[in-house]
Amino acid sequence: MNYLSNILFVIVLVIGIFMFAKNMGKLIRNVKLGRNVDRSDNSSERWKTVLWVALGQSKMTKKPLAGLLHIIVYAGFIIINVELLEIIIDGVFGTHRVFLEPLGSLYPFLINAFEILAFLVIVSVVIFWLRRNILKLTRFHKPEMKGWAFNDANNILYIETLLMSAFLIMNATDWNLQQLGAEHYHATGQFAISQFISPLLSGMSEISLIVLERGMWWFHIVGILFFMNYLYWSKHLHILFAFPNTYYSKLTPRGELDNLEAVTTEVKMMMDPDADPYAVPEGDEEEPGKLGASDVLDLNWVQLMNAYTCTECGRCTNVCPANETGKLLSPRNIMMKTRDRLEEVGKIVDEKGKFEDDGKSLLNDYITPEELWACTTCNACTDACPVLIDPISIIMDLRRYLVLEQSAAPTELNMMMTNIENNGAPWQYSPSDRLNWKDEE
Amino acid sequence: MSDRNLLRVPTMAELTAEGKNPDILFWVGCAGSYDDRAKKITRSFVKILNSAGVNFGVLGSEESCTGDPAKRAGNEFLFQMQAMTNIEVLNAYDVKRVVTACPHCFNTIKNEYPKLGGNYEVIHHTQLLQDLIDQGKLTLEGGEYKGKRITFHDPCYLGRANDIYEAPRNLIKQMEGELLEMNSCKSDAMCCGAGGAQMFKEAENGDEEVFEARTKQAIDANPDIIATGCPFCNTMLTDGIKMKDLNDQIKVLDIAEIIVKANNL
Repeated sequence: MNYLSNILFVIVLVIGIFMFAKNMGKLIRNVKLGRNVDRSDNSSERWKTVLWVALGQSKMTKKPLAGLLHIIVYAGFIIINVELLEIIIDGVFGTHRVFLEPLGSLYPFLINAFEILAFLVIVSVVIFWLRRNILKLTRFHKPEMKGWAFNDANNILYIETLLMSAFLIMNATDWNLQQLGAEHYHATGQFAISQFISPLLSGMSEISLIVLERGMWWFHIVGILFFMNYLYWSKHLHILFAFPNTYYSKLTPRGELDNLEAVTTEVKMMMDPDADPYAVPEGDEEEPGKLGASDVLDLNWVQLMNAYTCTECGRCTNVCPANETGKLLSPRNIMMKTRDRLEEVGKIVDEKGKFEDDGKSLLNDYITPEELWACTTCNACTDACPVLIDPISIIMDLRRYLVLEQSAAPTELNMMMTNIENNGAPWQYSPSDRLNWKDEE
Repeated sequence: MSDRNLLRVPTMAELTAEGKNPDILFWVGCAGSYDDRAKKITRSFVKILNSAGVNFGVLGSEESCTGDPAKRAGNEFLFQMQAMTNIEVLNAYDVKRVVTACPHCFNTIKNEYPKLGGNYEVIHHTQLLQDLIDQGKLTLEGGEYKGKRITFHDPCYLGRANDIYEAPRNLIKQMEGELLEMNSCKSDAMCCGAGGAQMFKEAENGDEEVFEARTKQAIDANPDIIATGCPFCNTMLTDGIKMKDLNDQIKVLDIAEIIVKANNL
């Protein structure tokens, strides 16, 4: 009979981890659907970026209050999860507070620290909820934040509150059980926060306390497994993806756009006086690829990982000059739509084993040219992103497709480009007049 | 034309014919070459170069658009054609250092030309001006700008794109101008609305134009002068100030223009 809960625990644990691993595998497969891009260079600089930006949260503190609260929740998440190790061992072997004896006086110190953190997490989460739902910060209420995006954000706050509360109530109940001399409940002393909950439970019988204590214990661990699996559907995925995303982020100056290599080859050919324009391409040369991007499969895997990493905080959109002046463009929405389309493409791959044209594409069906042409490439969005997402690179690749594959630039831009082609300046001036300024006053 | 207005602007072709190779190439850029407002900035910068005795050259009619607006409009093909043609010219003249008063040219030549075979040390004109001061070749006298309230608008392609925030500010401080910061400045500075090829097209539908919003922020700092380091920002903010009918109260000037006037060059 006793073994029933151990077996149940192992089953729940295995199912939770299995489903999580399966979904993560799907995400990684989806990211790998992207084109190749080499980010294997400079690993020491990349690790530094991870330490500073992801682990050190250096960009979060640009907004001091949100930054501080986020660090508390984040630290709480990481540190309190040490407790998870004990829960798992207790669950599998049917022990209770297995670390109490080996850790000795360190144990209450740790649990006290966890409790204080758990309390601070609850306080932070409440403030987050107020900012989102009562103060209604504008960046949380832009058009793209309707429906699931908005509910998702609140769901995360609710789950975190419940998980932390379960942990505190569990400890409080445990102490009451210790007072009643219940079997297996070893003396631990009272803890920093749960001591204030214990008196509320003082009238309860031993059996209902045990039910409550076990209930909270199970709720805590099942809740964590649930939360882990919730990540797949949620912006909360950033807690994992922030690390590879910052590692593989662009290290070159923000102003530098990549040069399309396919174009370089072609331009070099054109400019080489010795090149034979009728030469048969050597050997197994592939079909010339699409220039720019019209769908997610034309983006590179870092851009796709960016889309999964986005936590929809809207700091980018908040500083986007186009968005600030009422235009349709929202860099956050560029990332959200890229993710939505990637999910859709991923589902097709799930069903058919590979991607088959579904008559839709990221360009037009998800992201409109009006949004793309409003970008000033000012890099306010990339600078604001706490996890180093680069929406401009996606905007640029879509623009490249519009111009290079579809000749679909706005008319004025076509005129500008014609001028550059004809007279080497975006305006209609003769190259021979380039030095006229010398003699003008 | 008085002598004072006579600029010495040797072209690379002339210098090469004389067997000379200048220390630095001044990349004028399309705005600096053709735009009436920007040409004044170009002339101001050259006045400083002349008075400091800088051994420089320009490409003149051999210069061509860097390709920046084409690249940012999505036309990678045209960009690379421009880039490779320019790189051929620059390499043929064995150019080692480039200075430019346009942050867009600066960014493109500095960051996007190397992978296409163009490797040069590229600096913005505000950086060169600081170098000249450090070398004792230029002394800043605040002149009429001493104590003037000056706010600096960070061009995106100088600031966020390349992390250069201090060079222009230091120049303002050395002229003993009162440096005012807008609420959003340095890495938080709002774009003027011209970048990413926006300069050459109508804006998409919205509540207002980006340059109006940025001009409002600049006005809120209550300056006598809005200083810039980019011909495109200059155009946008000048338009914004005109729209607000404040062109008598607030001047939009390039740092080089301020120095020329202050030093009475």
